[in-house]
Amino acid sequence: MTPMLEMHQVSKIHGSGPIEVHALKNVNLTVDRGELVAVMGPSGSGKSTLLTIAGSLEDATEGEVLIDGAAVSAMSRDQRARMRRRSIGYVFQDFNLVAGLTATENVSLPLELDGVATGTARAAGLEALRTLGLADRATAFPDDLSGGEQQRVAVARAIVGHRRLLLADEPSGALDSANGETVMRLLRDACKRGMAGVVVTHDSQLAAWADRVLFLRDGRMVDQTTPPRGPESLLDEGVDL
Amino acid sequence: MSVRHALLALLSEEPKYGLRLQREFEERTGEVWPLNVGQVYTTLQRLERDGLVVSDGTGGAQKDFTITSAGRTELVDWLRTPPSSEIPPRDELVIKVLVAVKVPGVDVRDVIQAHRRHVVETMQTFTQLKAESRPDDVGLALVIDAELFRLEGIVRWLDAADSRLGQLAASPGSVEAPQPARQDAEVRQ
Repeated sequence: MTPMLEMHQVSKIHGSGPIEVHALKNVNLTVDRGELVAVMGPSGSGKSTLLTIAGSLEDATEGEVLIDGAAVSAMSRDQRARMRRRSIGYVFQDFNLVAGLTATENVSLPLELDGVATGTARAAGLEALRTLGLADRATAFPDDLSGGEQQRVAVARAIVGHRRLLLADEPSGALDSANGETVMRLLRDACKRGMAGVVVTHDSQLAAWADRVLFLRDGRMVDQTTPPRGPESLLDEGVDL
Repeated sequence: MSVRHALLALLSEEPKYGLRLQREFEERTGEVWPLNVGQVYTTLQRLERDGLVVSDGTGGAQKDFTITSAGRTELVDWLRTPPSSEIPPRDELVIKVLVAVKVPGVDVRDVIQAHRRHVVETMQTFTQLKAESRPDDVGLALVIDAELFRLEGIVRWLDAADSRLGQLAASPGSVEAPQPARQDAEVRQ
C-alpha cells in the first residue's frame, strides 16, 4: 500500500547568502497508515519546519513530498488547500480554537469550509467529540473549557471527517502530565484506526507513545528507535513489576 | 562502574604508569569515585593477561602500560554498549560520557545518541505496557510512571550534556572536558 506520507531528500534553506540557515538537510521520512511516528530533537533542530513541510504549509527548498502518493509540488494552490482541508489534521501547541464558536462548531469548521452541508458537518463534529469523550461539552465555548478539554477539542478537529494524516506540534503544550498522556492516547488511537501520524516534540515521555521515534539534530535525521519489543522483554531482564 | 574501561580510556591517550592512572582517574571523575592504587594494579594485571594492554617490561612503580589494538576495540564497544541492566544506572552513563569526551577518534555526541536511543526504546516498551494495561490497574500505572519519569530524567541529562558539548565545540578553543573544580580555593570566613 502507498505510504500516507513520504519525504524524499527534503532540504529547507531559510534566507540566502551569509544569513542562509539550513533548517533541514536531506531528510527522508515515510509514514504508513496506522503508524504513529515521533520526531524528537532540541529547539532549533528543525522539528517544526519538518512538520509544516509535511503538511504542505511550507515548500521544501529541495526534495519531494508525497501525500498518499501524490506529489505536493505538482498540485495547484487550490488543490493543495483542498487536500489540506480534507486529508490533513493539525494539532498545535496552543490549541488554536476559535473563541466565538462552540466545541462542535470548532470541530466541524474544516468540513464546512470544504463545502460539506452544515447539518452533516455538525453531525460529524459531534461524533468526533463523542469519540474523545466530550459529547457533554459540545455546546461549550473554548473559554468555558479546561486546558485538557480544549486540547481534546483540537484533536477532534484534527480527526473529524475522513482525515488521513495527523500532524501534531508539541501537542501537550502546557498541559500537566495526565492531560498530556490523554492527548497522546487519543493520537495513538486515531492512528490505530487507520490515520498516519507525526508528532514532533522534545518530550521523551510523549515520544514514547509512538511506534517509532526519529531523532533530529541540526536539521538531519541522525537516528531512530527500532520498533519496541513487547513488554515481556522487561520481564526477561528481571525488572520487577 | 567499570574501572577496567576507565583505565583503557586513560591509556588511549598515551602510555602511562599506575600512580598516574590513579590520579587522572580521580581527577577526571570529579573525585567522586575514589580508587586505590591496589585496585589500579590488579586491574592492569588483568588487562595485560587479557591482551588489552602491554607493559614495557621495566619493573617497579614507573612501569608504563600501553593500550593494544584489541584494547581500543574493547573500549569503543564499551562506550556504545548500554549498561548491562535494562534500566541503566545514571552514574554509569555519566562515566561513559565523561570518558568519551577524552577518547581520541570517538564522537561523544554519537555516544550520547546511542544511549538516548536505548533509553527512549525502553520508555516505548514501558509506555506500550501502560497503554495495554487494564484502566483499573492503578498499581501498575504508578510503577510504570515512576520508571518513565526516572528515564525521562536521564534523557534530559543526555540532552543537556549534548547541548553543552555542542556549544563547546562551536566556540573557538578546545573541546576539552571541564576540569574538576579546584579544591584549594578556600572560602574566606
